[in-house]
Amino acid sequence: MRLSLERRASVPFWAEIAAPIGALIFTLLAGAVLFAAMGYPPGQALYAYFIEPLSEFWSLHELALKAAPLIIIAVGLSVCFRSNNWNIGAEGQFILGAIGASAIPVLMPGASGGWVLPAMFACGILAGALWASIPAVLKTRFGANEILVSLMLVYVAGFLLDYLVRGPWRNPEGFNFPETRSFGTDAILPELISMGDYGGRANWGIVIALIVAVATFVMVARTLKGFEITVTGASPRAARFAGFDARATTLFAFLFSGAMAGLAGTIEVSGAIGQLRPTVSPGYGFTAIIVAFLGRLNPLAIVLAGFVLALSYLGGEAAQISLGLPEEITRVFQGVLLFAILASETFMRYRVRLSTRRKAEGAKP
Amino acid sequence: MMESVLLTIITAATPLLLAAIGELVAERSGVLNLGVEGMMIVGAVAAFAVAYTTGSPYLGVLAGAVVGVGMAGLFAGLAVWLATNQVATGLALTLFGLGVAGLVGEGFVGIPGVQLEEVSIPLLSQIPLIGPVLFAQDILFYLSVVLTVGVWFFMFRTRAGLRLRAVGDKPEAAHALGLHVNQVRTLAVLFGGLCAGLAGAQLTLVYTPQWIENVTAGRGWIALALVVFASWRPARVAVGAYLFGAVTIAQFHAQALGVAIPSQVLAALPYVATVVVLVVIARNRRFTMVNTPAALGQPFVPDR
Repeated sequence: MRLSLERRASVPFWAEIAAPIGALIFTLLAGAVLFAAMGYPPGQALYAYFIEPLSEFWSLHELALKAAPLIIIAVGLSVCFRSNNWNIGAEGQFILGAIGASAIPVLMPGASGGWVLPAMFACGILAGALWASIPAVLKTRFGANEILVSLMLVYVAGFLLDYLVRGPWRNPEGFNFPETRSFGTDAILPELISMGDYGGRANWGIVIALIVAVATFVMVARTLKGFEITVTGASPRAARFAGFDARATTLFAFLFSGAMAGLAGTIEVSGAIGQLRPTVSPGYGFTAIIVAFLGRLNPLAIVLAGFVLALSYLGGEAAQISLGLPEEITRVFQGVLLFAILASETFMRYRVRLSTRRKAEGAKP
Repeated sequence: MMESVLLTIITAATPLLLAAIGELVAERSGVLNLGVEGMMIVGAVAAFAVAYTTGSPYLGVLAGAVVGVGMAGLFAGLAVWLATNQVATGLALTLFGLGVAGLVGEGFVGIPGVQLEEVSIPLLSQIPLIGPVLFAQDILFYLSVVLTVGVWFFMFRTRAGLRLRAVGDKPEAAHALGLHVNQVRTLAVLFGGLCAGLAGAQLTLVYTPQWIENVTAGRGWIALALVVFASWRPARVAVGAYLFGAVTIAQFHAQALGVAIPSQVLAALPYVATVVVLVVIARNRRFTMVNTPAALGQPFVPDR
């Protein structure tokens, strides 16, 4: 047996849409097999996982709540990946964003007024960007591997958060629980629809996510900066001949993706959580990498992809409650999905042929 | 005191050395497998589960190795044969591995494990200080030493090793000479998986010996950094691994001595040290450039 790849002369437009959908279908089938192997009725499990969470209003709110950070981080990462810079430490930048935003309500518990929330956003975005600037500067200045540096900083960020909530930032009236005081009302991101039949926990984060996605789409597709990013990623040589500064692009890509992760962290603490805790993210920074790839690095497609991955979180929780499925299944699903997306990319670009060796050799002359 | 410190350093360094030496071979063939952490943790849970259910730590070691190879096979199928993006595929392998390990390991949390016993080498283990430290260890330590020397010999003293490096440096040329680039790469990746699986087994059979959620705690990533630190040289990988083992242990001892530094700062030390090391190494361009596999991270698709 021999496997060979033949580059397709052109990729039809429909294939670019069919590829991620095919990957999703494959993941669902793999999920059904997995559920059956674990002794759960596959149909019922898939229903509990992927359909049930969409059938009630409160769970749609939860979906929006989880999709917002995923979309925002992934949009930032898409710019980074497009320029062929590998920031895989968004989780750390998200944590720093959460810390930066919390600084104001924690250190100034009495702060009130309309300035509090904007100031928190500024601090969170800045903190995320600064954290991302470390791997960027170390790469551009010393040539250090950005993949490993950005990832190591995830662990460092986790320890910093842990130190703050157990040490200096711990709630003095909190009975020694490792968490900060709850934020005041002016430090809370308001809910989108707080009252009535359609009301629920979703906040303005999802609206911010949509704005960010559209704005980034315009930047990538319509501005010189976006063009620089795409060219630098697709062909570094061409970018050099065009006079684009590769270092400046790297810095920009990291600062942008860090700022986005910081923004998402801000939204998470000021909206969904309302205080700082030892864990502020169920792995959003890593899952957003999958979101970015599922959206094929297109900011608008990433919006859809964000909802899909948000559903995987929500379904994991729902299936845990209704069927007693272990929570870790979510990560298995996410891993399989990323495998499938990457493979679908190959099937789209190449004609994949399986042939016996003799035939292939016979065809050679 | 000296003896016990050295022993703990070695115990902390062995998983790093095992994982890094395997990744070194894979990277020398031109494949960057960022899934070390994932292969390692699945190896760790498999080793624990098998050792616990059969009562034999050696079967556990075997299970870790087999599962590591299986995970690496998954990676090779995608990144080598389907030419997918290596960085993203490696990340997927890590996410997948963490999920699978959590799923399988759920029932094993908090159960006391089976410890891999020490095997004393007669006579040699009687030597003061050196004896108990180097010659009264578990088989995984011996294996890590043998593999390191073996990889060095293979890589720089055999024809097959030369072929492996050729595939990693200039796959087109190797292909033109009639070498099966993707077969060589697959074998290299599988070897990396085997080593990562063994490293995982060391964690749950020697280092902790029990199953803890997220037992690898980033060691797979540190192993990846060690390969860069070592500029793809086996002997330097060993030096790096023991250095990192020492940093890890220094952190525990500092905590035990009650140093007035927050525990989180000490716990972050190995990760910060990794960043510092990556920067220091990268500054010396000539040192790294000579040994970096030229085609690292690039999939190879032969045009017929």
